[in-house]
Formats: sequence, C-alpha cells, structure tokens
Amino acid sequence: MESFIQQVINGLQLGLMYALIALGYTMVYGTIGLINFAHGDVFMIGAFVGYLGYSSWGLPWPVAIIVSMAVCAALGVIIERIAYRPLRYAPKIAALISAIGVSFFLEYGSSLKFIFGPDYRVVQRPFRSITWNLGGVSITNIQVVIMAVVIIFLLFLLFLVFKTKIGAAMRTVSFDHDAARLMGVDVDKTISFTFAIGSALAAVGGVLYAIAYPQIYPFMGIMPGLKAFTAAVLGGIGQIPGAVLGSLIMGQVETMTAAYISSQLRDAIAFAILILVLLIRPSGILGRSQQEKI
Amino acid sequence: MFQKTNKMLLMVIGAVVLYVLLKIMITTGVINPYWQRVLFYSLIVTIGALGLGIIYGFTGQFSLGHAAFVGLGAYSAGYFSKTFGQYGGLSFIGALLVGMVFAGLMGFLIGVPVLRLKSDYLGIATLGFGFIVKVALDNADKIIPELGGARGMVGTPQVANLEWLFFTALIVIVLTRNFIFSTYGRACTSIREDETAADMIGVNTFKTKLMAFTFGCALAGLGGGLYAHTYPFICPGDFYFLQSFDYLIVVVLGGLGSMTGTVVTAIGWAFLLEGLRFVLGPQFVDFRGVIYALILIITILVRRQGIFGGKEFGFLVPQVRREKPDAALRG
Repeated sequence: MESFIQQVINGLQLGLMYALIALGYTMVYGTIGLINFAHGDVFMIGAFVGYLGYSSWGLPWPVAIIVSMAVCAALGVIIERIAYRPLRYAPKIAALISAIGVSFFLEYGSSLKFIFGPDYRVVQRPFRSITWNLGGVSITNIQVVIMAVVIIFLLFLLFLVFKTKIGAAMRTVSFDHDAARLMGVDVDKTISFTFAIGSALAAVGGVLYAIAYPQIYPFMGIMPGLKAFTAAVLGGIGQIPGAVLGSLIMGQVETMTAAYISSQLRDAIAFAILILVLLIRPSGILGRSQQEKI
Repeated sequence: MFQKTNKMLLMVIGAVVLYVLLKIMITTGVINPYWQRVLFYSLIVTIGALGLGIIYGFTGQFSLGHAAFVGLGAYSAGYFSKTFGQYGGLSFIGALLVGMVFAGLMGFLIGVPVLRLKSDYLGIATLGFGFIVKVALDNADKIIPELGGARGMVGTPQVANLEWLFFTALIVIVLTRNFIFSTYGRACTSIREDETAADMIGVNTFKTKLMAFTFGCALAGLGGGLYAHTYPFICPGDFYFLQSFDYLIVVVLGGLGSMTGTVVTAIGWAFLLEGLRFVLGPQFVDFRGVIYALILIITILVRRQGIFGGKEFGFLVPQVRREKPDAALRG
C-alpha cells in the first residue's frame, strides 16, 4: 500500500510537469489550431536558461525561473511572428511543417558548440534534496517545491484566462478570429500573448524538469513535448482543464506501468490508452464534440 | 489511341535511358559508392513517400506513423530473407511481397478503428501507433530472437542493387499513377476535398479510406523490404517518429496531391541532406541540422502549397478519352 501511494505521488509529480507543457500546446491549438511541435524545444531552452541562470550566472533559483520564463516568452512570440503568422490562413499542414522546421532549428541550433553544445549535462540542483518519511511514504522537498510551483502557476493561469480582459480576448479568439475582430479584439496581439504565456509555462516546466530529473541536453524536449501534447489530446485539446486532467492521467499511467508492469512498455501502454480513449471519445475526455454543419 | 501508345513508348524509353545513364555512371565511378548509397536511399524514400502521398496527399488522411509501417515491412521482409535466403532472387521477391503484405495487413487492422478519427486526432493516433510499434520491435527478440530487438537486426542478405531499386520504384510510380486516375483514386480525392460531399454522392468513404490507407502502408512495407536488403543493419530507431516526420516533410514540400512533387522531393531531400554534409565540409558540418531546418522553414513560407502544388509532369497524367463521356464517368 505504501509503495502504491509512493507511485501515485511520483506520478502526480510527472503529471503536473506534463501539465505545464500541455497547457502551452492546448492554448496554441485553441487559438490557431496548430500543433506547435516546437513547444517541446522551447521547454528545452527554458531548462537550459534556468540551469545556466542559477549555476553559471549566480542567480537565486526563483529568479532564474523568472529569467527563463521571460526568455522563453520572447522566443515564443518571435517564433510565432516569423514562422507561423505568415501561414496563419494557409492550409494547416503548412504551419505544421514550419513548426517541425522550427523544432529542428532549436534542437540543432542548441547543439552548436557556442550555444549550449551537444553533450548531456548533469544538473546540479539549486538546493539540497531532503527526504521526509511519512509513514512509509517518502516525499522529497524537490517534489514539494515542484507541486507547489506548478499549482501556483495553474491557479494563476486560470485567473488570467477566466477573470481578466486579455483572458477574455484569448477565449474569444479561440472561438472565431473574424468575430473576435468585429468585437474589437486585436487578434494578432492576443495570439502573441497566448504564445508568450504558453512558452513561459513551458520554461517553468523545463527548469523544474531539470531539477527533478537532473540531466539536460538539446534533444530533451522531444519526448516530454510529445507526451504532453498527447496528454492534451487525451483531455480534449483546446480545453485548459482537459490539458491538466489528461496530463495527470498520463503521469499516473506512465508511473504505474513502469512500477507494476514493465518500464520498457511504458510508452506503448500510454499510447495504447490514448488510442482507446480517442476511439470512444474522438475529441478527448473533456473535448467538445464538433457537429459537422452542412 | 495512337497518341497514347506513343506516350507510353516515350515513358518506357525515358526510363530505360535514365537507367542506362545511372548504370554507366555507377560502373565508371562517376557516382562513387557513397553517392550510390544516397541514390539507393532516395529511391527507398520515394517508394515509402508515394505510399504516404496516397494516404495523405490524395485521400487527406493525416498519418504521423508512416515510418512504423516501413519498419514493419523491413523487419518482416528481413526475417523472411534470413529464413529462406538460400533461394536467391526468388526469395528476395518473396521477402518483398511478405514485407508489403504484412505492412498492408497491419495498416488494414489499425486502419479499421482509427480511420474513423479526423485530421489531427488521426495524426496523433497514428503517431501513438508508431510508438507502440517501436516498443514492440525493441522487445521483439524475446519472442523471435532473430529480430534482434533493441540491438538491431543483422544478417539480411544484401541483394538489393540499382536494378531492383530503380525498377521497383518505377513500377510503384506506375501503380500509383494508375490507382490515382482510377475510379478508386477519384473517390480518394473526393474524400480529401470534402468527406461529407463524397459520402452524399455515393462514395463509400470508410471503405475507400481504408483501401487507400492499406495500399499506402503496403507501399511503405515495400520500401521497408528494400531497406532491409540494402543496409546490413536495421534497428527499431530507424523507423521512429522522426522518420515519419521525414516522410511527411517530403510529401508536403512536394505538394499535396502531386505524385511528381513527391518523387522529385524525395530524391532531392535525400541528396540535400547528404549534399549539405559535403558542401559544409568538416569544419562547418555541425551547422547541417540548422541549415536543413532553415531550408525547411523558408521553403514552406515561400511555397505554402508545396513545390509542385498539386501539379504533375504531363507524362504522368493519362489522357482522358473525351469521346465517350459515359465511359469516363464509370472510369
């Protein structure tokens, strides 16, 4: 029983981290209908900047997270401006290919020796790991910090999207660009803002991921990115609660499979569940089903 | 009628001339073994990409798991060759057929449930299938030790040569062309344009989608079979989602719904990747990935409809006989 609770906690940690990435995917998908394949690489940049921030540049780690968020927000806005905006009203696949191109660019660009270099780096944690033992279940201070930070950002995001003016604009744009324009919403600015928020959240995820699983390298964003995107689809893409729910499920499934079945089958079972869920609910667990109008 | 035969003849002559040219260049050493490998790879990519072209370019079914079917074909064909390899060319043909049929069958089986999904959801489901295949291949040695699992499979006879690859690619191009301009091909295109409308004019959309998907996956399997007999070592990592992206890139950059575009881009793409290595030299070879990414972004920004944008070289388009409209309608 203790070991089961232990796995639930580990799964929760992984799931919450996926949630930070998945939110960026889901918000971008909600506003412009694009699978932003470069998002996982923004997460990677976030991890690198955060790590360099508190290790090389000597910033306190919360400040390093904020610096990393700012850098990634700017990066996200620039990517959207250069690579996606010209293709916004082109067939969706064109922007998707552009996104794959941006993803390659960030990965190979970061691998260059004068940027981050191609090597795996072992991350020194900004604080010492302490393990508490609560009746057989061990919790580390790293897990507590991660869960606290993620929950704070999730609440902040919910406030932003549902209680502020710019959040209302984001929700409007996700319904209909033309109607939003008629209502006086600056669509371009709102989309830029969406990218900034999504990328900043990915940066937070990146720094926390580097602290939790202390290793970073230029291609580290691919798998968490794909998993988080899958989680967003699982929950119903375009829905903020869906992204969180999907990520939590994904985190549990992966951890439980690794613990009780086989760590090699982890990905296979996670994706098999995704396919099954899609077959039963084609637009995800919380997704709105699209009625085809003729 | 005369004109049609004439065109066929020209195509055959063109193909033979191209083959002879390549053969001379290889035997005289103008194309050295290194570029010969690149040429072979480009032909394999062409075959696989034509398969995705049918699935996505012509039928509009978004697949992000195409490389998985190439892998299934490569592994099943390779296993067949390792078991029955002593019969020479005959067993190679058998292996290619096995690769094709196995990949096609898997495409059919996975297609039945997932082809009900639309656009991005279908893409994610096929992407997930690709992951599952990778994990299955990684662990395949626990059931069949010859497959080698994550360590990769060695020992397939290296019998694929220019003749096999060139003429298989040619046959696939002709097959694809005939399919696309057949009744079934038209039905596929109608689904791509508007599935609901296609349904309403009496196209059995599910059956047609499934047929196109199975055919496309079978071509992927054929490409995989050739791959297994061109390279002495294959491993599950050769058929991962990044390779699926490669096929997608080739098909989209070529122009959706353009066979010409797919063929030209597949060959150009393979040579671009290796050519960059050569042009940049050892000093700047690190920049290869960055430059490739930039070429990708710039190409799609400049030509959002793809390089060929749905157009075909004239000689690939069969002439429609206009004098019998009834026959044309029935195909």
